[in-house]
Amino acid sequence: MKRRFEVLVTLKEGLLDPQGKTVEDALPRMGWTNVSDVRVGKVVEMTVDAGTEDEARSTAEQVAAKLLANPVIEDVRILSMEDVT
Amino acid sequence: MSTPTVAVITFPGSNDDRDALRVVEAMGGRGVPVWHGDHDLRAADAVILPGGFAYGDYLRTGAIAAFAPVMDAVREHAAAGRPVLGICNGFQILCEAGLLPGALIRNRSLRFVHRRVHLRVETSLTPFTRTTEAGDVLEIPIKHGEGQYVAEEATLDRVEAEAQVVFRYSTPSGEVTEEANPNGAMRNIAGVANEAGNVVGLMPHPEHAVDPDVGPTGGQPLFASLLSSLVGADA
Repeated sequence: MKRRFEVLVTLKEGLLDPQGKTVEDALPRMGWTNVSDVRVGKVVEMTVDAGTEDEARSTAEQVAAKLLANPVIEDVRILSMEDVT
Repeated sequence: MSTPTVAVITFPGSNDDRDALRVVEAMGGRGVPVWHGDHDLRAADAVILPGGFAYGDYLRTGAIAAFAPVMDAVREHAAAGRPVLGICNGFQILCEAGLLPGALIRNRSLRFVHRRVHLRVETSLTPFTRTTEAGDVLEIPIKHGEGQYVAEEATLDRVEAEAQVVFRYSTPSGEVTEEANPNGAMRNIAGVANEAGNVVGLMPHPEHAVDPDVGPTGGQPLFASLLSSLVGADA
């Protein structure tokens, strides 16, 4: 049984996010003066083949914790899971 | 007395491996090339993880390289208390592998920086600084886009307390100032060691600062220290 996961990786709160800051700094020039706290992260999609939903979720969580994010600087969480047909 | 041997690992995307090997030889050691797919370090006395863009630096700098086959041998080498040096991308790999505290993120300026900097030596208690003294200033080039050293405040406090900060960006006279910090590194940290002191990583490139014909020679003391520690000679 295959399931598709979306995993969100973001820079930890408290760490200055230079990419987010640069995006934010461009906004007033484009006319938006009411947007703040822009943070840039990344989304990883992957398909996990496992017998049960728990197994699939556990695999996705381990991949996320061990490789997709560096716990020193990043937070990670699973955004969504759906069956692949 | 046999010539000390220093392994230099080539990952796909490494590009300072040859400079590192050349410098080891120029300073009197024997350079031993090792491939990322190898499972041992050919019995070398020390190992260098060189600069470059291992595995394309995909996902995060050093993230995939930290799980390369050869890294098991590097971990064993480190655990045995033998010298390990990570330069630039090698520093990033050692952090990702959990062999050094902290992490390296995008420079605060978002720009790739390439220029000469000055480093103040903070401790002589590593195999790479044993012929220097705390307070010495070394001129060495940097060239990186992701060299901003970060860690949680508690980690930084512990690293400082345990004297694991090895190099800080400074002025030529050794003052640690904001202006001397090229990438926004927390507390101007340019290089750190593990708790035991045998594993060291730094963003600047000592292997590009050895030959007086092509620039500053601030890298010489690191290699002289390493080779002297391997032959057990007094500094």
